[in-house]
Amino acid sequence: MSADRDRTPSPRVDVCIVGAGPAGALIAERLADSGHEVVVLEAGQEFDFDSRLDRMERTIRPAHDGLSVWEMGGERDAYSSTGEWFYPLNVARVKGVGGSTLHWQGMVMRLHESDFETDSRFGVGDDWPIDYADLKPYYAEGEQALGVAGASDNPFAPPRDEPHPMPAFEPSYSDSLFADACEELGVTMHSVPNARNSEPFDGDSKCVGYGTCKPVCPSGAKYDATRTIDDAREAGARVIDQVPVQRLHHDADGETVTSAEYVTPDGTTHRQEAREFVVACGGVETPRLLLLSESSTYPDGLANSSGLVGRYFQDHLFAGTGGVLDERTRQKHVGFLTSGTHQFYDDPSVGTDQGVPAADADRADMTPMKLEFFNYAGPSPVEMALDGETWGDDLLGELREGYGNSIAMGGLVGQRPRKDSYIGLDPSTTDDHGNPVPEVHWRVDDATERAIRRANEIQRAILEELGAEITWQVGPEDTGPAYHHMGTTRMGTDPDESVVSPRLQTHDLDNCWIAGSSVFVTSGAMNPTLTIAALSLKAADHIDDAL
Amino acid sequence: MRLTRRDAVAALAAAGVAVGGATLLSDSPEESDESPLDDGTVATLVAAAEVLYPSEVEDIDSFVGRYVRRRNADEPARADAVTDTVAYLDEYTDAWFDAAFADLESAERDDAFRRMSVDTADPVPDGDDVERVRYYVVNELLFALYSSPTGGELVGLENPRGNPGGLASYQRGPQS
Repeated sequence: MSADRDRTPSPRVDVCIVGAGPAGALIAERLADSGHEVVVLEAGQEFDFDSRLDRMERTIRPAHDGLSVWEMGGERDAYSSTGEWFYPLNVARVKGVGGSTLHWQGMVMRLHESDFETDSRFGVGDDWPIDYADLKPYYAEGEQALGVAGASDNPFAPPRDEPHPMPAFEPSYSDSLFADACEELGVTMHSVPNARNSEPFDGDSKCVGYGTCKPVCPSGAKYDATRTIDDAREAGARVIDQVPVQRLHHDADGETVTSAEYVTPDGTTHRQEAREFVVACGGVETPRLLLLSESSTYPDGLANSSGLVGRYFQDHLFAGTGGVLDERTRQKHVGFLTSGTHQFYDDPSVGTDQGVPAADADRADMTPMKLEFFNYAGPSPVEMALDGETWGDDLLGELREGYGNSIAMGGLVGQRPRKDSYIGLDPSTTDDHGNPVPEVHWRVDDATERAIRRANEIQRAILEELGAEITWQVGPEDTGPAYHHMGTTRMGTDPDESVVSPRLQTHDLDNCWIAGSSVFVTSGAMNPTLTIAALSLKAADHIDDAL
Repeated sequence: MRLTRRDAVAALAAAGVAVGGATLLSDSPEESDESPLDDGTVATLVAAAEVLYPSEVEDIDSFVGRYVRRRNADEPARADAVTDTVAYLDEYTDAWFDAAFADLESAERDDAFRRMSVDTADPVPDGDDVERVRYYVVNELLFALYSSPTGGELVGLENPRGNPGGLASYQRGPQS
C-alpha cells in the first residue's frame, strides 16, 4: 500500500496522530482496529519497499553518503548542536513512514524493574510514576506486535509470563569463542532478543542474512513500523506522508487541541481537526513541535507549564573493546547480535569471584549497562576492497590480512537525567518552512562516564581471558550516542515536575497525548523501542477509554 | 575458484537488481538482448576484471558479462554512463598505449589504471573521468566480486555483506 496522494484533511476525525514511527503506528493500528477514525500525518515520505536493495548498495559503496540511504539531511533536517558533546542528529534518525525503525538495529529488551525506581533504590535520578508490573502486559503485546525472536535463558531479565513469539537466533560461532572465557570468569552469557524473524512471521520472510540490518533490511525480516502502518491502513486508518506538522492549535481556553496545521509538498497549508491528538515524533521533534506551538495562552510552548518540555534529554552511550585473536573468528556473516550479558546491568559495581574485579565505585556512582558479543567485529572485505588502493592479487592479500581474526565486545551505558541537557529551538537557523531548527544541547554526567569505564574494564577482562590482543577501546573520551532520544517530555504525577501523566496525557491539555521515548523518566541501558511499543499500547488503551 | 551464475545473481541482488533466478540462470538469448551495453563495452569490462580480480578466480568473462548486462538492463541512464566511461578508458589507452584497453596485455591494463591514478581516485558517479572510472569500472567490478559468495569465500567469508546467504554460515566454524 502507498501513502494517500490526496493530502487534504479529513473531516474532523476521532484521532490525529503526528508521526508514523513505531509509536504512532501502533496507536493508529490499535485505535483504528477499535473502530475509531484515525489520520496519521508524517513529515517524511513513504519509501518504496522495492527500493531497499538500491538503498543497501548505498550503504556498502563508499561513493554514497550514509545520509543518502534514507534521504536525510538538507534544509528540512537542519539542526544545531550546542552542548558540551556534539550530537550528530541526522545520522540518529530517519524521517519517513516507519520512522527510525527503518534504520534501527532491532534489539528489543525490556527495561529492568530497577530502571523505574532509581531514586527509591539508589537515591539517584527519579522514579517513574509507573513500575515494571504496570508495563509487563504491554511488553508482551509489544513483543507480539514487533515480532520478537528470543529465549527465556536470560537469568538477569525481569519476569515474564510467556515465551517470545519466535525462537531466538542460534548463537554464532564467535559466541562460542567467548563462551569458554566467560565461563572461566564467572560471566553468564545469554541470547539477545531481536525484532527480526528467526522464522517466517506474520507474512514476512525469515532473515536471509544480507548483513546490512543497520541501516537497511532488504528482505523485510527485520521489523520496521511500515508493517504496523500497513495493518493500521487495513483497519481503516488514513496515512498521509510528506506533510510536516507546523504547529498544534488549541481552543480559546487552552484546554484542548483543536487542529494540527500541516504543509503539503506543493506548499498548501491545511488543518486536520480531531477529538484527540497524539504527538509521536520522537525525542527531538516531539518537544520541538510543542515548543513551536507556543501561543498567548502557552507562551513557552504547548503543554509546557512545567517548563520541562525538551529538558532531561538523554541517550545511551557506547562502550566497546576489540582486538584480534590468533584464530579465525567468523565475523560479518550477519548484521545482528546473538549473545550478550546483562549480569552487570542492575549493579555494574559487582565483580565475580573468578576474575572480574569489583569496581572501585558504588552502584549509585554509576549507571546501568548491558554488554554484547559482536558478530560483526573488524572490517568488511567488500568495503575494504572498494576503499583500497590496489586490486588483483595484491588486494586479495590485503583483504585476507585485514579480515578474519577480529573480535570485539560492545555495550550500552545508561545516562542519568539532568535538566541542563535539553532539546530547544534555535531561532538563528530555520528549516525549509521557516521554523527554528532543533537545538540539541546534550550533556553527560560523571556517573555515566564512570559506567563507560567500568564497561571497558569488564570487556577487557573477558577479551584478555580469551587471549585476544586488544587493539582498540571506545571509552568516555571517544564514546558517542546510540541514537536513542529519551526524556524530553517526561512522565510524572506532578504537573510542575513532568509533562505527561502516567496515562501519557499532557497535564495541560486533556486531548493531547504523547507517545514515544520522550516520556521516559530514566534511560535504563536497554534499547528503547520495545518500551516505546509498550508505552504506546498503554496510551492506546487510555485514548480508547477517552473516546 | 570458479565464479558461477549463482555468484552473478548474488552480486546483482547486492547491487539492487532483483533477479528472478530463472532469468539469469538460463542461457536464453533474451539475457543479452535486453542489455543496452554493446558487446565492445562488455568486452572492455571483462578485460578490466581480468586485472582487478585475483588470479585464482576463473570464469570471469561469463560472470562479468551476466552481471553488467543485467545490471544495466533497466537503467538506460546508467548504461550510458558506463558506456561513456568505458569509451574514456579506450581513449586514454589509445593515447598512451596506442590500443584499445581490451587489446592491451594484462600488465599494460594494470599500468593504465595506475597511470591515470584510479588507484587513489574517489569513486564519484558524476565526477571527472578518472573518478567515474573508479566508480563505474573499478568499484563496480570489485563490488560484484566481493559481494558474491565466491568472492567472499576467497577471503574466508562465504556470506559477505549484501549477499542473502542465509543463517547457517554465521554459526559455522572455520573448519566446517
